[in-house]
Amino acid sequence: MFLAVRFRIVRAMPELARFDFVSNTAAFFGGFRSAWLSVFAYVLFGTYVGIGALAYDFNFSLAWVTWSTLLVWAGPAQVILISTLGGGAQLIEVAIAVGLSGVRLLPMVVSLMPILRGPQTRTWQLLLPAHFTAVSMWVESMRLAPLMPVERRIPFCNGIASGYMMAAMIGTVAGYYLAARLPLLLTAALLFLTPMSFLVSITRNSSLLVDRLALILGLVIGPILAFRNVELDVMWAGLAGGTIAYVADRIRRGLQ
Amino acid sequence: MSLTTSALWPYVVLILVGFLPNEIWRWLGFVLARGIDEGSEVLLWVRAVATAVLAAVIAKLIFFAPGALATVPLSVRLVAMVAGFAGFIVFRRSVFAGVATGEAVLILGAFLVPKL
Repeated sequence: MFLAVRFRIVRAMPELARFDFVSNTAAFFGGFRSAWLSVFAYVLFGTYVGIGALAYDFNFSLAWVTWSTLLVWAGPAQVILISTLGGGAQLIEVAIAVGLSGVRLLPMVVSLMPILRGPQTRTWQLLLPAHFTAVSMWVESMRLAPLMPVERRIPFCNGIASGYMMAAMIGTVAGYYLAARLPLLLTAALLFLTPMSFLVSITRNSSLLVDRLALILGLVIGPILAFRNVELDVMWAGLAGGTIAYVADRIRRGLQ
Repeated sequence: MSLTTSALWPYVVLILVGFLPNEIWRWLGFVLARGIDEGSEVLLWVRAVATAVLAAVIAKLIFFAPGALATVPLSVRLVAMVAGFAGFIVFRRSVFAGVATGEAVLILGAFLVPKL
């Protein structure tokens, strides 16, 4: 709670009160702590209870679904992977469906890396945060990392992601064992956690006009393309919505 | 040999059709990010694209709901989403309040609105 309050004060006056950690280890644990203080740890726990239960229903082993959380680390991709593999789809179909759902990770990684990279940063140090990038980690890293000195950002963000991954792992195991006892409505409510938390957390992060415009345009263009059965609907909606928002903002800035 | 192969096969599948097709986007992002500086115009555009992509993903998860969520009527899903957003605004932009409000409305709505 204290940490959350301090972040808010810092956000109001960014030039004056940046915060720092005494060491990289302290930064890692600072990130880990902030992960458990944010709603995402609990949203991820709930989401992965759903994914663990799904894996149980389709007869995957607990070890397999746990490894899929570590390696894939993307909720929607894991839902697709488990339900299509379990449903007996062709491997190539599964790979394509998972690949299409992962497109969102590309612009997220591209926009996060420059914030984490300082003049002293070695390239290999960015490999772990790139793998850790998922909506939850991206939203929190984009919000908090710019508030601290650049050399603390990588350990801090690795700490956030480690906290989230731990919550997801606990959720996966719990869901796997609870699967047979979960009522249908609860499973539905767990699946609703992803879109609901994405919407409010991205709104919170959108302090700039360009981000707000992009959010609204994506929400409108996405369903239009999806209902018209346009291939790669999510990718086109993102490129169109993001570009229109950027150009509109650029014109506005030009006029000022 | 055959025992080892059959025990490892699910993990080979996990790497080939789960890990690789998803991770390739992170690696591609990793490579493309190399020439971009913090505070550059390109970064502003990429972030806008990332935000719009996520917005499209949100809309898709609501309109084309996966699994058990599809058993809740679309009208309830939409009202719950709007209620969650309103809860977020009303309770001083708290993500927790938004998610809790949305979930409460979804569960209540699923009880009240008869399934088609």
